[in-house]
Amino acid sequence: MLKTFIIGIKDLRLAFRDRAALIFMLAAPFALTLGLGLVTGRFSGNSSGISDIPVIIVNLDKKELGNALEDLFSSQDLAELVEPVSGSSPEAARQSVDEDKSAAAIIIPEGFTNSIIPSQADFANGNEPEAIQIEVYANPSRPTSAGIIKSIVDEFISRVEEGQVSAQTSILQMILSGRITPEQAEQAGIEMGQRLQNSPNVDTLAIKLNSTTADGEAVQFDILAYLAPGMALMFLMYTVSHGGRSILAEKAQGTLPRMLVTPTNSMQILGGKVFGIFLTGAAQMLILIGATTLLFQLKWGDGFGVVMLVFAAVFAATGWGMLITALARTTAQVANVGSAIMLIFGILGGSFISLEQMPLAVQTFSKITPNAWALDGFTTLGLGGTLADLFAPITALLTMGIILFLTSVVLFGKKNLVQK
Amino acid sequence: MPNILEVKNLVKNYGDFQAVKGVSFEIAEGEIFSLLGPNGAGKTTTISMLSTLYTPTSGDATIGGHSISKDPMGVRNIIGVVPQDLALYEDLTAKENLIFWGQMYGLSGKSLASRVDEVLGQIGLTDKAKDRVKTYSGGMKRRVNIGVGLLHKPRLLFMDEPTVGIDPQSRRAILDTVKDLNKQGMTVLYTTHYMEEAEELSDRVGIIDHGQLIAIGTQKELTKQVGETETLILHISENDDPEALAKAFRDIKEVLEANVVNTEISVITPSAKDVLAAVVTKANERGIKIHSIDIREPNLEAVFLHLTGRALRD
Ligand SMILES: Nc1ncnc2c1ncn2[C@@H]1O[C@H](COP(=O)(O)OP(=O)(O)O)[C@@H](O)[C@H]1O
Ligand SMILES: [Mg+2]
Repeated sequence: MLKTFIIGIKDLRLAFRDRAALIFMLAAPFALTLGLGLVTGRFSGNSSGISDIPVIIVNLDKKELGNALEDLFSSQDLAELVEPVSGSSPEAARQSVDEDKSAAAIIIPEGFTNSIIPSQADFANGNEPEAIQIEVYANPSRPTSAGIIKSIVDEFISRVEEGQVSAQTSILQMILSGRITPEQAEQAGIEMGQRLQNSPNVDTLAIKLNSTTADGEAVQFDILAYLAPGMALMFLMYTVSHGGRSILAEKAQGTLPRMLVTPTNSMQILGGKVFGIFLTGAAQMLILIGATTLLFQLKWGDGFGVVMLVFAAVFAATGWGMLITALARTTAQVANVGSAIMLIFGILGGSFISLEQMPLAVQTFSKITPNAWALDGFTTLGLGGTLADLFAPITALLTMGIILFLTSVVLFGKKNLVQK
Repeated sequence: MPNILEVKNLVKNYGDFQAVKGVSFEIAEGEIFSLLGPNGAGKTTTISMLSTLYTPTSGDATIGGHSISKDPMGVRNIIGVVPQDLALYEDLTAKENLIFWGQMYGLSGKSLASRVDEVLGQIGLTDKAKDRVKTYSGGMKRRVNIGVGLLHKPRLLFMDEPTVGIDPQSRRAILDTVKDLNKQGMTVLYTTHYMEEAEELSDRVGIIDHGQLIAIGTQKELTKQVGETETLILHISENDDPEALAKAFRDIKEVLEANVVNTEISVITPSAKDVLAAVVTKANERGIKIHSIDIREPNLEAVFLHLTGRALRD
């Protein structure tokens, strides 16, 4: 156990002394995140990498606030991000989502506006209007897009609610002070609501999609929160194949045979190498997360969730590194296969193009990559999720890791660490 | 002194090829024992089996009473290994390398720190301890490679051609280190293809060729096998035909053997001065110019030549 730890620490130290490795582990993902961030306009603040999200809006309210939400989705600000269509039937809208034609359906029920801005009649009767909620029917196979739609709607509602409180108190004050009659109050409320919708803050929605977490903390979804993990995960695959390669390299450079003639058994040694790959991958991810947080003010979300997700993702990726190494004969083979897998997994896992824009078959196949699962998890966290929301990706990553480890151990056993 | 190492009929096959063909020998505690043989003789393969890296195809050996096949862990605790090829982390410093390998031998804390400092002194690298190994000269790297094998004060140290490819000073330093270690009580199994090293260091020598031990004993015992002979070494020009000349030498009555290595012809004879005139005459008859003639007392080179008809060097 102790020796396993010592070997792992030694490999971590070696990885961080290898200049070429550092370029791939840290510099490349950082530079690509920066570059793609610039291309997609994160730093000028115009548009996001994800665009034209198909969404169906069923406006049964047909009053001021419902219309305002519908208008918001067809506004200039969101023109690139979303592709809204109007629907008339909630059932048809949900079905379109089920058939993967839309990322989400927004159903604004009848009476939504009235539930927020009481009508004249309600005022007169002193009735509390019943709460009516907007439904966002999300497509689970498009978590990012659905998450973005949901966060726009959440943002709208939270603004309306904040506005509602202030509108109601100011209207009440006006009535009490005799400046307006209850008849005029309804009109005043509506005007205030509209003014709120036109407030300058709303214009920034396309850049910073504010949403609110369960505990009321404000978070932003930022396109970098998608790009940065995508790049980090892609180059995590480099790190694990580089680490796997080091097993064969140590064999060739004689340090592995030398370890085998010390009182250390081969399981401790293999364990140490695996632990070293894991440590290096985790260090790489955490450094990239730290650097993008500090330099780009990127919010990765719930800290504990991020760390757990990193560990699970690195565990699964390490499994891939081991499998590649167990199957390869030479360090050159590991390097070549490793680079290929890095790119393939990067593309399949959504590091370049959002998976949602790919055919369903590709989306399904992408589930063999740690990238897809982990990116899914990071998106959830970026949108304000916590560890509790990561059950699926973390379970998938751990299962993937275990299967890959068992397979590689069997393969390594057959192959033997050194020839006997 | 009791035997620390007993080797019985050790065999190693690589596929169809038999690299070690049933080798048996013993080493007494406190000895320096050399395995002398040309490249490809099976020295490294033998050491790899004795150090428990490779499993023997058949046969066995015991080290300090532990069988290499049945109790490899017991063996590993009492042996130190200096492999033929450098086995170090070039991106770590000498000190970091020694600490890591010390930990692999189960050392820790103060005893590790003090052993690392002692070994750094022993290999003369205290000043350079904090430089990365990749910045070292070949000789310095070799010394670190040796240092790693000494950390846990092994009872038996295997050194596989530790002086290959280095400058004369480093070689001198290494040979002196080996003698020092032996004086402090360490038993050494040393392999080499340099006759001079075996002669300088060893109490006993085993001569190995094509996977077989063809002779074993003290240097005196071995040179006696050649008889009371002397060796004449003649250097001739590259353009001349040494084979033809050697053939002519074999016709001289007092010549026991004449062999060719590149542009050298070695002539084994009971008495060098009796054949000298005849040798020079034969060369003159063929118009071959002799650049120089050395006369050597019987040595391990001559033994090898005598036993195999070939020279040690390649
Ligand atoms: N792994 C191997 N596979 C096949 N043949 C080998 C292997 N290692 C060594 N040999 C062969 O075995 C013979 C002995 O090699 P080795 O023990 O390295 O000799 P030495 O150390 O005396 O130079 C050589 O002919 C060499 O080519
Ligand atoms: Mg050798």
